Amino acid sequence: MFELFLYHIHFYLLNSILHSSTTEAEEINRLHFYFLWAASFVLLVVTVATIYVIYKYRHHENGQEYQPKTLSGKWEIAMIGVPLAMVVVFFFLMLKTMHHILPSADGKKPDVVITGHQYWWEAQYPGTRVTAANEIHLPVGRTILLKLLSADVIHDWWVPQFGNKMDLISGRQNYLWLNIKEPGIYTGACSEFCGAQHAGMRIRVVAQQESEYIKWLQEHQQVATISDTLAQSGAQIFQSETCGNCHNINGTASNGKAGPDLSHIASRQTLLTGILENNKENLTRWIQDPQKIKPGAHMPKFFLDKHSIDALVAYLSSLK
Amino acid sequence: MEIRLSDIEKNKATYKDYRILRWLTSVDHKEIGIMYLWVALLFFVVGGIEALLMRTQLVMANNHFLSPDVYNQIFTMHGTTMIFFVMMPALFGFQVYMMPLMIGANDMAFPRMNAFSFWITLFGGLLLYFSFFAGGAPNAGWFNYAPLNESAYSSTSGIDYYCIGLLLAGIGSVSTGVNIIVTVLKYRAPGMSLKMLPLFVWMSFVNAFLIIGALPSLNAALSMLLLDRQLHAHFFNVASGGSALLWQHMFWLFGHPEVYIIILPAFGIYSEVFQVFSRKRIYGYSFVAGSTVAIALLSFGVWVHHMFATGLGNTVNAFFGASSMLIGVPTGIKIFNWLGTMYGGSIRFTVSMLFAIAFLIEFTIGGLTGIAFSIIPIDWQVTDTYYVVAHMHYVMVGGSLFGVLSGLFYWFQKLSGKQLDEKLGKIFFWLFVIGFNMTFFVQHILGIMGMPRRVYTYPDLPYFTLLNLCSTAGAFLMGGSLLLLFYNIYKTARKKELDRSDPWDGFTLEWLSTALPGQKNFEALPEIKSRRPYWDLKYPDKADWKNDDKERK
Ligand code: HEC
Ligand SMILES: [Cu+2]
Repeated sequence: MFELFLYHIHFYLLNSILHSSTTEAEEINRLHFYFLWAASFVLLVVTVATIYVIYKYRHHENGQEYQPKTLSGKWEIAMIGVPLAMVVVFFFLMLKTMHHILPSADGKKPDVVITGHQYWWEAQYPGTRVTAANEIHLPVGRTILLKLLSADVIHDWWVPQFGNKMDLISGRQNYLWLNIKEPGIYTGACSEFCGAQHAGMRIRVVAQQESEYIKWLQEHQQVATISDTLAQSGAQIFQSETCGNCHNINGTASNGKAGPDLSHIASRQTLLTGILENNKENLTRWIQDPQKIKPGAHMPKFFLDKHSIDALVAYLSSLK
Repeated sequence: MEIRLSDIEKNKATYKDYRILRWLTSVDHKEIGIMYLWVALLFFVVGGIEALLMRTQLVMANNHFLSPDVYNQIFTMHGTTMIFFVMMPALFGFQVYMMPLMIGANDMAFPRMNAFSFWITLFGGLLLYFSFFAGGAPNAGWFNYAPLNESAYSSTSGIDYYCIGLLLAGIGSVSTGVNIIVTVLKYRAPGMSLKMLPLFVWMSFVNAFLIIGALPSLNAALSMLLLDRQLHAHFFNVASGGSALLWQHMFWLFGHPEVYIIILPAFGIYSEVFQVFSRKRIYGYSFVAGSTVAIALLSFGVWVHHMFATGLGNTVNAFFGASSMLIGVPTGIKIFNWLGTMYGGSIRFTVSMLFAIAFLIEFTIGGLTGIAFSIIPIDWQVTDTYYVVAHMHYVMVGGSLFGVLSGLFYWFQKLSGKQLDEKLGKIFFWLFVIGFNMTFFVQHILGIMGMPRRVYTYPDLPYFTLLNLCSTAGAFLMGGSLLLLFYNIYKTARKKELDRSDPWDGFTLEWLSTALPGQKNFEALPEIKSRRPYWDLKYPDKADWKNDDKERK
């Protein structure tokens, strides 16, 4: 029982955003804690004062002839002074923190360029030929710079444990610094309302040690090889059914940009920004009727027979 | 002061003869005020049902009660309705009804313009709702960001109706603003200087300047958007050279003052209520009045705090962070002044007063979370999450709506000649306040745990369902308690007898007048020598102007 209680407390304090997985988040959360203390103090004072006053000065039936009392005017001056002092303190704390976590990115080369699309994410790695989608790999242990763009409407990048958000705005370039402390999987969500499937635009970051990160980058520069015949016929169907007009697959004629890059889709753990596990069954369900799984997503329903779907699924799940 | 029974009898007679046509053609400020309140109530019911639909959808993870398409229309309409067609008309209703009475005038300065403002606002609201029958309601949120609001991304005509509906309501608001300013400047009772205005009137007066300053920015943005959508202009369309952020600047240049437009009249109501039910004058009139002006001025310089995550750069952000923190100071002063008003008084716990007292606490919570957003790094963390939803409702419900309810219980006798049932009212108060906190307090935690706002569904993360369930239960409790309020209004309206006028032993002139809607307010006025003319008249030996203590600065 007690353990359960501890578990809950632990959850609230640590597993929410107040758990910092980047140095940026650490600074924000420190500031946030200062603020929470100050705010709790103010709330406590106001609440206690209110309760005291309404109890002490409640109306008494058949009380004596009533003579109102007045508070001295000096209190009022104090009441301007105290909040003003708090404002000044927090203003300087704020300046310090914000310059730390978001210094100007002038002229610096980004490590990753992330583009928001209606309901999915594209990640390009400058200096390599890698373009990935939805599962975004980032290195840990050093400060990296993300460049944020949008292909359509405004989206917003937010992984709670990483700290700050940043909008991806059409026609603008935004930047975000991150220094992730531990490898692992981090989840978040698009936080600016971006249309029908805003809720289905989640974020999944795979943070890796430098060596693994480099290995991943190298693997992704290669073209996936397919051997079995079902998968090969799937590759043809992918062409003939116009899937390639929207999706890119390296080493094939498919070079569409309107949908996520599928070159290495089989190496991913999840589909569709993390709302489904990546397995054959879910791939089948998606290709059968995308609108049933993510109504409003920009992929139409293809009326394919069972064989074609099986072939497509075999093809996609061999794209390691 | 004795009650003039003959007057009440006379009022009752005319009150019965009302016909529909009479309302349609009325230019009487009291009748227009009543109609504003009815319209607010009507839209409140609609907006409330929308809220309950949303909470039903969100009751558990991965729910499929509403499709994303429908959900997005509903949350957009909920916000738009509650702000433009509930809070604005409700507060206008009290302002056009009470303000002339409180300054001893017989009507607003421009009675026909007053009627025009009301009808055009109502028409705007109806047009907005007509969109449901014209292919789909607007679906890009109440602040309707570009370029999602462009026809490329929102192809139904919903957003066109949004533009036209809000433009019409906006014209109505601006003309009411002008009307209020002229009325206060030109039609005060002889002897009532600007410094003697009741605080509700003073705040409405300051507020009117905010209205005519802020609304044009919205009206311009709406017209530009309409041009974009209908005539292929390029204001906000990035693909053809427009700017997505321009919309945000124009919207929030209106939108932040709008928040104060909705809260200042409510502050005015509280200021009256605290005085009357503490049986005391306000503590620090000049501070309350002055801080209102400070809030009004500052409110035009804080809009970028809605845009801290758009990447405008640290210098710009720091400026607006500072101005936003500063606005907390005059607001804090007000809380203190209201506490000081109760201090040393003789407090009556009427329903109206209970709402005012609850407001002190709820609004402090909402104000503090508001300060969190002005501390930019914290804003980066919690903006656009359920934390914002919680904050905003603590301010808009715990601040403005509580004010409207407090005003309703305070002034109902003036509106109808009859008094709401206090016992039922107290049950309603407790249920409503408990439901409100259940609904919105947990949303702070949801936001901090990572739930973005405006999602039609959410994954089954630990605690998400539990907290959302609590929120939904609270929403239904609020909904249920409102039925009690409606019943209270219905029961009171059907009462045969009029209640005695001046039930609270009021201080200001509206309680001197026994006029009901459709009648002339004042035949004669007492000499105005202080801020509480009716008190002076009733208790000549205790009159304020005789024993003027330090309180009156
Ligand atoms: C009109 C453009 C378009 C066409 C044609 C199209 N897709 Fe897609 N597809 C998309 C978009 C957009 C998404 C991303 C949906 C989302 O997450 O919102 C997507 C997602 C996917 C995904 C999941 C990708 C991921 O990152 O999880 C798979 C698999 C997929 N499509 C397969 C196919 C196949 C197979 C075909 C041909 C039968 C096809 N697509 C045709 C646009 C298209
Ligand atoms: Cu998005």
